[in-house]
Amino acid sequence: MSSPTMQFKIYRYDPDKDNAPYMQDISIEIDPTIDRKLLDVLTKLKAKDDSLSYRRSCREGICGSDAMNINGKNGLACLTEISELKQPVVLRPLPGLPVIRDLIVDMTQFFKQYHSVKPYLINDSPPPDRERLQTPEDREELNGLYECILCACCSTSCPSFWWNPDKFVGPAGLLNAYRFIADTRDEATNARLDDLEDPYRLFRCHTIMNCVEVCPKNLNPTQAIGKIKEMMVRRAI
Amino acid sequence: MSKLTISVRKFDAVIVGAGGAGLRAAIQLSEAGLKTAVLSKVFPTRSHTVAAQGGVSASLGNSEEDHWHWHMYDTVKGSDWLGDQDAIEFMCRKAPEAVVELEHFGMPFDRTDEGKIYQRPFGGHMSNFGEKPVRRACAAADRTGHAMLHALYQRNVRANTQFFVEWMALDLIRDADGQVLGVIALEMETGEIVAFHAKATIFATGGAGRIYYSSTNAFINTGDGLGMAARAGIALEDMEFWQFHPTGVAGAGVLITEGVRGEGGILRNSDNERFMERYAPNAKDLASRDVVSRAMVTEINEGRGCGPAKDFVLLDITHLDPATIMKRLPGIREISIQFAGIDPIKAPIPVVPTCHYQMGGIPTNFHGQVVNPDGSTVTGFYAAGECACASVHGANRLGTNSLLDLLVFGKSSGDSVVEAVKAGPNALKELPADFADYTLARLNRLNTQKGGASVNETRLELQRTMQKHCGVFRFKDMLVEGVSKICDIEKAVHLTEIGDKSATWNTARVEALELDNLIEVAKSTMVSAEARKESRGAHVRDDAPDTAANPNGRDDELWLKHTLWHREGNKLSYKPVQLKPLSVETIALKTRAY
Ligand SMILES: Cc1cc2nc3c(=O)[nH]c(=O)nc-3n(C[C@H](O)[C@H](O)[C@H](O)COP(=O)(O)OP(=O)(O)OC[C@H]3O[C@@H](n4cnc5c(N)ncnc54)[C@H](O)[C@@H]3O)c2cc1C
Ligand code: SF4
Ligand code: SF4
Ligand code: FES
Repeated sequence: MSSPTMQFKIYRYDPDKDNAPYMQDISIEIDPTIDRKLLDVLTKLKAKDDSLSYRRSCREGICGSDAMNINGKNGLACLTEISELKQPVVLRPLPGLPVIRDLIVDMTQFFKQYHSVKPYLINDSPPPDRERLQTPEDREELNGLYECILCACCSTSCPSFWWNPDKFVGPAGLLNAYRFIADTRDEATNARLDDLEDPYRLFRCHTIMNCVEVCPKNLNPTQAIGKIKEMMVRRAI
Repeated sequence: MSKLTISVRKFDAVIVGAGGAGLRAAIQLSEAGLKTAVLSKVFPTRSHTVAAQGGVSASLGNSEEDHWHWHMYDTVKGSDWLGDQDAIEFMCRKAPEAVVELEHFGMPFDRTDEGKIYQRPFGGHMSNFGEKPVRRACAAADRTGHAMLHALYQRNVRANTQFFVEWMALDLIRDADGQVLGVIALEMETGEIVAFHAKATIFATGGAGRIYYSSTNAFINTGDGLGMAARAGIALEDMEFWQFHPTGVAGAGVLITEGVRGEGGILRNSDNERFMERYAPNAKDLASRDVVSRAMVTEINEGRGCGPAKDFVLLDITHLDPATIMKRLPGIREISIQFAGIDPIKAPIPVVPTCHYQMGGIPTNFHGQVVNPDGSTVTGFYAAGECACASVHGANRLGTNSLLDLLVFGKSSGDSVVEAVKAGPNALKELPADFADYTLARLNRLNTQKGGASVNETRLELQRTMQKHCGVFRFKDMLVEGVSKICDIEKAVHLTEIGDKSATWNTARVEALELDNLIEVAKSTMVSAEARKESRGAHVRDDAPDTAANPNGRDDELWLKHTLWHREGNKLSYKPVQLKPLSVETIALKTRAY
């Protein structure tokens, strides 16, 4: 139920002035007709205290900026309906990555893993004058993969990624690896599979499924990982 | 930010902005081996190109006959003849190649049964010089911008482009000769101030839709490139022309693509009437955007709006096959459910015209070179994408022509830079001694301001003023009053105060610096709009009505010209429209009707 005031507990840390992080209790009046998403309320909180720091841009769930840990679960502030939140609403930065300030984490490791899968089409045959052809069915294979917004909700909810962020590619990176493996226009499938056939890069995934539960775009990294494993088995025989 | 010091880094070229335009330019530079820095306020794939939905235009003719010349005709007509016909011919001719190239980069376009790129109808896209709708918008479901931005970023990963992510450019460096020598930028994470000294600078900073209260634009679309250019003495072109997209979700502002109407969606008023049949008998719901937006506002003003306050109309797709909606418009369905609380398979979506796109901007030619009012080019300075005015969109942009603009002019500006750097001297031209003074003074002022205005409240006032005084319909008295109001707000902007003084990821400082740019955009818009005493494209005023002498209120005798707003002295000048294309005949002036 929405109420005129909402209670929050927000993780705060400014390395310039705080010795250690702390949880700040804040309550704020809301107008249920305008304040519908968590990002609306954060904007309101920031208008009162301009030091509250978080990333945001599109406010419509497509840019992937405002991922955070909301009442213990990773999600996007701009897609989170406030009427569905238990109070006090506990907001923390994404787990497992170094905190820079307040709700802003250092995403370097996350993007390093994404880049490690060579996330671009590899096709060195001379391109035709027109588009490369692809059947609608083959194109369909990319659905559920190309929509990833690189928000990191999945990888930062994955215990295997917490323990080995430098060695395990993580669900987002693996989903994107499969996006290119599944693309009939890509010619590097074998090299891509070779690269992932490694005790850490792929095989740290223990199918815990946390990633699937949190993806704000309803993508399924576990399924993509399963398909990569299947392809490895198939090519071995 | 304890002390203000500045270090200098040297590059062949610096690109400010990593949306579609910046990334397309970056590919040219990286693949040519130039030492390039690409700066962005956000990680590249978070740029607002990611939100584009409907498609990118190209006369591929994959589903039916099409021709670049027809595309050119539609673009000129859409622009209400204010677009420059040389740039428009250039863009429309290059479109098929640009889109095919994107496909080769890996863009996951939808496909026809033959495996070609899928194309859908869109507003103002017609075959045979305005005869009947044609399928010209190349689409990846209703996530075309997302698919395109990621594909371009991925190509840059392959090309090893050097990005400076979460760096905000603050000011342009321009010497006494008028040559541009790079930018000064703020690293958000550390608060460090760095000069990027370069032989060439490309601005690709995107739109500024946040000057309006209700906008389809992201928080970061604050017109930084325009503000920086204006402060450096570059005049801004055609700033009075802003596109209001017919279908923003009522209340939320989030966009519902025109592709919805392309797939068969219909606009209805409170009588359940398909009212566009009255306003545009031929193109109906697929008339040009300014036409549809004005029809909607007229319906609402005349009491035929829907809902308790009768303040929106309905976009109906309930008659479409749910399978089509799931396949072609899945993102729209998500947005409706999220932001309107409505599943469009079952009920129509409440929509209102919402500020969407800036047709004006930094004046360029079709090579992406920034031009002075006298037509000469500004040495070292280039611009592409929504921040630039080539001008291909004139007084009103056709849907899907912006993503095309990013590809074509992103590439041409990149090529121009590669050529200029290779032909130019090896050494960088020296920076003037005082190059950083102005920026450091701005930062210092902000750090020490006491008793100043709140950034948030000042920005809100600016946005409300623009919405009220310079919206879909414009009124003489409101514009005059708007100019004086914006000048008052400007005073507050120069005295903003922030509470947060931290060096680390200081978003309060960033928002204050963004406001410095918003005000330049707002002021240039209001002043240019007040001065243009005719109606044309998206600029429609009450004292320039539809008459026999001036159909649609357009006055070609006096106003067939581009506006240039000069920050210094808050003055205007004008320059002629380029009516001569590159190879074909001029598309002759005509009354615009759909
Ligand atoms: C919701 C929506 C849907 C749309 N749908 C379509 C469509 O279907 N078809 C179509 O053709 N057009 C569409 N448009 C228009 C089109 O998407 C935009 O005009 C276009 O994407 C702008 O691209 P850009 O590269 O110029 O800027 P952007 O993509 O906005 O990128 C701007 C870049 O500049 C950077 N930047 C800005 N200021 C600074 C600074 N001070 N320092 C450093 N970096 C900075 C940003 O970080 C960002 O990387 C749509 C627009 C919206 C809002
Ligand atoms: S399924 Fe694999 S990738 Fe997903 S959370 Fe579990 S371990 Fe991580
Ligand atoms: S897979 Fe989903 S949760 Fe993971 S980064 Fe992509 S969009 Fe975010
Ligand atoms: S702000 Fe872009 S995803 Fe939430």
